[in-house]
Amino acid sequence: MRDIALRSGAAALPGRGEARRAGVPLAPSLVAAGLAWIGLAAATAAWPDAGDFGCTPEFAGALAALGTGFLAAGLLPRPLGAAGRRLRDWSHWLVALAALLGLWEVATAKLAWLPMPFFPPPQAIVEVFVDDYARLADSVWHSLRLLAGGYVLGAIAGFTLGVAVGWSRAVGYWVHPVLRFVGPLPATAWLPLAFFVFPSSGSASTFLVALATGFPVTVLTWSGIAGVNKAYYDVARTLGARESFLILRVAIPAALPHVFVGLFMGLGGSFAVLVVAEMLGVKAGLGWYLQWAQGWAAYANMYAALAVMALACSGLITLLFRVRDRLLSWQKGLVQW
Amino acid sequence: MVAGLLPRARRAARGRDGAPAAAAPGRGAAVSLRGVGHAFALNGAPLPVLDDVGFDVAPGAFVALLGPSGCGKSTLLRLVAGLEPPGRGEIAVDGVPLRGPDPSRGLVFQDPTLYPWRSVFGNVAVGPEARGVLGRERGRVDAALALVGLSGFAEAFPHQLSGGMAQRVALARALVNEPPLLLLDEPLGKLDSLTRLAMQGELVRLWREKGFSALLVTHDVEEALVLAQRIIVFSDRPARIKADIANDRPYPRHREDPELVEARRGILDLLGTP
Repeated sequence: MRDIALRSGAAALPGRGEARRAGVPLAPSLVAAGLAWIGLAAATAAWPDAGDFGCTPEFAGALAALGTGFLAAGLLPRPLGAAGRRLRDWSHWLVALAALLGLWEVATAKLAWLPMPFFPPPQAIVEVFVDDYARLADSVWHSLRLLAGGYVLGAIAGFTLGVAVGWSRAVGYWVHPVLRFVGPLPATAWLPLAFFVFPSSGSASTFLVALATGFPVTVLTWSGIAGVNKAYYDVARTLGARESFLILRVAIPAALPHVFVGLFMGLGGSFAVLVVAEMLGVKAGLGWYLQWAQGWAAYANMYAALAVMALACSGLITLLFRVRDRLLSWQKGLVQW
Repeated sequence: MVAGLLPRARRAARGRDGAPAAAAPGRGAAVSLRGVGHAFALNGAPLPVLDDVGFDVAPGAFVALLGPSGCGKSTLLRLVAGLEPPGRGEIAVDGVPLRGPDPSRGLVFQDPTLYPWRSVFGNVAVGPEARGVLGRERGRVDAALALVGLSGFAEAFPHQLSGGMAQRVALARALVNEPPLLLLDEPLGKLDSLTRLAMQGELVRLWREKGFSALLVTHDVEEALVLAQRIIVFSDRPARIKADIANDRPYPRHREDPELVEARRGILDLLGTP
């Protein structure tokens, strides 16, 4: 009985595979995406703009080039490498993106339903990237430098303090009340104080970013250390471990999953503080760029800076996830970012 | 033989549990407990768990500590491991009073308590690493893994192992320091019955091969009879010694052995179970 069932199952499988191989346009949704983008390009170029926008032909050209690329990839009998496979996975998103871009283009550049200059068309934002890339790149560089300095300082300080509080009763006695009283205060509340206590707005901002990072890292490292299975220590002690081994090789690795939760929370908090600090004190960085663009009513520049900021923040979170996945590969069921 | 299995007076078996012929001589530690008492604080009031416990373990002997769940046997084992000092009395190993845990006394818990962030090799290597001699003693780690039949799993992580394999790793970890005394706290308690039987055979084999003294805490009468040369039966909490039973049936033992079956009945009577 079982043998027959297996054989009929085995016979059914290659049949389905052949049917799959026989279909010619192998990625119909990618082909659809290509056609949608080319259609969007044609509409952008042919339909006259309601206002005076630069870069409309260039924008249409870029859309057409992308659409042609998608179409070609969709018509290929087999995906080209990992990038080709990814493109196929995202093909539904590409169709949706074309629809959204089309809606945006029509509502702004073509029919001017939305009030200008608050809602610029997509080509105006492309124009910002083309004209103002130097200032944008410089702002990204300044923001990253400030963020990295503050975040690394805050993470190291928070981790060390968290381990000390979690391990030593004496340190816990002194630090715990301070942490409870001062910790929940948002780092931005320190901003006015920091700007006159510190010698420069840069060092003040670094301190604020470090503060925003340090609190969650401290609390979660501490709770991670406090929650370590006590039997882990018993095992190590019966095997001849000293206290340094218990801290460095048992408590810290066991607490690492918690530490990473703190690092994620700290990173999110540090973004917020960074932008506020740049808007209010530091005369550089993406936060400052946003403020500057708004002051000049250059709304397209603002959207461009927001897009860059989203990309940068998402990139940093992704980076942290990669680091975590590497260090905690022993854990089961990690959240995929 | 049957007479030898019946409950006898306390401490009567001292000197009768000599090392088995197969065990390597001189490797096991001698343990002596004198008037050991211990209590926990429960809501401010002391809860006595051990009351005047005293016995001796001859070098290389396999002794089971049998008693109802929660009677304090595991506490006794923690005291012998040196993880806690006894409230009263004295524990000495090879004539030396205990002062804290020591690599010469290996401990295996009911849970494998492997470090999930370390590979199987890394877990077994904790002993040499903690003593700062891993560079010299890598071979010992490999040997310990081979001893429990897990040489092929050195790179695996604990979450990839079955319960029986994880417990084997815990055994290898406890044995890597070649301890003269192995303390087993219901090490097979959470395994399925088939794995349990296999591991019982494995424990006897390791003990006979290595010649260490073994102190096994269990509440399974049959397991105590199949494994140990001597069974110390404890009362309910606070634990006192109720009986001290010698068991010199030859190894390998079979649970269907009529003498063991009869002894099992006797011990169950003693524990107040019909």
